[in-house]
Amino acid sequence: MLTKTQLFSKGFLAVAPHMFSVIPFGIICGAIGIELGFDPVLVYAMSIIIFGGASQIVFLQLLSGGASALIAVTSVGVINSRHLLYGAVLSEYLEKLSFIKKLLISYIVVDQGFAESNKFFMKNKTEQHLHYHLIGSGVTLWIFWQLSTLAGIVLGSFVPEELGLKFAIPLTFIAIVVQDLKKIDHVIVMITCGLSSLLFFDAPFKSYIIISPIIALFVAALVLRLKK
Amino acid sequence: MTWLTIIIAGIVTYFTRMTMIALVDRDLLGERVKEVLAYVPSAVFPAIIFPGIFINNYGAFIEMNDPKIFGAIVAILVGYFSRNVIATILSGLSSYWVIIFLL
Repeated sequence: MLTKTQLFSKGFLAVAPHMFSVIPFGIICGAIGIELGFDPVLVYAMSIIIFGGASQIVFLQLLSGGASALIAVTSVGVINSRHLLYGAVLSEYLEKLSFIKKLLISYIVVDQGFAESNKFFMKNKTEQHLHYHLIGSGVTLWIFWQLSTLAGIVLGSFVPEELGLKFAIPLTFIAIVVQDLKKIDHVIVMITCGLSSLLFFDAPFKSYIIISPIIALFVAALVLRLKK
Repeated sequence: MTWLTIIIAGIVTYFTRMTMIALVDRDLLGERVKEVLAYVPSAVFPAIIFPGIFINNYGAFIEMNDPKIFGAIVAILVGYFSRNVIATILSGLSSYWVIIFLL
């Protein structure tokens, strides 16, 4: 049985390598807000209030382009709706927590933290304080997101754009799913999602980010049925 | 006004995170649904990966000889065999840089 501190450290260590993509992305996110002419305090506050990289950038770009508040909020909601799927997966492991703890832990559920903690949960279902792994991964991502967006706001885009550091984002997620390429059912689901995302890329409100997972999950259900 | 919009966007985002964890009883999900949920990472992350590789900053498809495709292939191979996140990211980035800066 691992202690709470051990689980927390394992969560921290699991997401630490992803800082190679989180930090540049945070800097870009902060710098874009300033370039678009927004108040620095407001740009930073978004990292606390919304705490979702891609949606923060889209939000600022829409508002600066003259889109209405309704469109901006809808886009953020659509982009972040994928968290509903993460929550559905995580609820299995967080079931026994009190309502208040569930409310608190929900705030730190983000892509990489979900991905790494979920991997750990699947292999260690019997551990007692599993949620400390999620706290470790989530808090780590939160702190580094705050610091890197702040750095981008204060220093501007001090990393030259020619470096193409945005490319680190797809790479970080390749690292997350690459081992599942061993399983043919997962490969089918991944390709379905990936091709759908390209097909629906121009759908309104960036909805490809939730349309393609839904299509891929339907395919997953089909695959499961065929396997039986 | 912008502040209010951010706060509402924050509340909406928080609800996307919290609803399934705190509000929805897990027993409401059927066995079939729970089985399908095991595919969530494979069903979600390619929607971030594919556009990040194949679509450029202006929303158009890249050419088939784009350095990002090469970088992604290197990252997949290195990631698959090394099982190491840092090696995956850095090999992808550096092979991409080699092409854009040296060739």
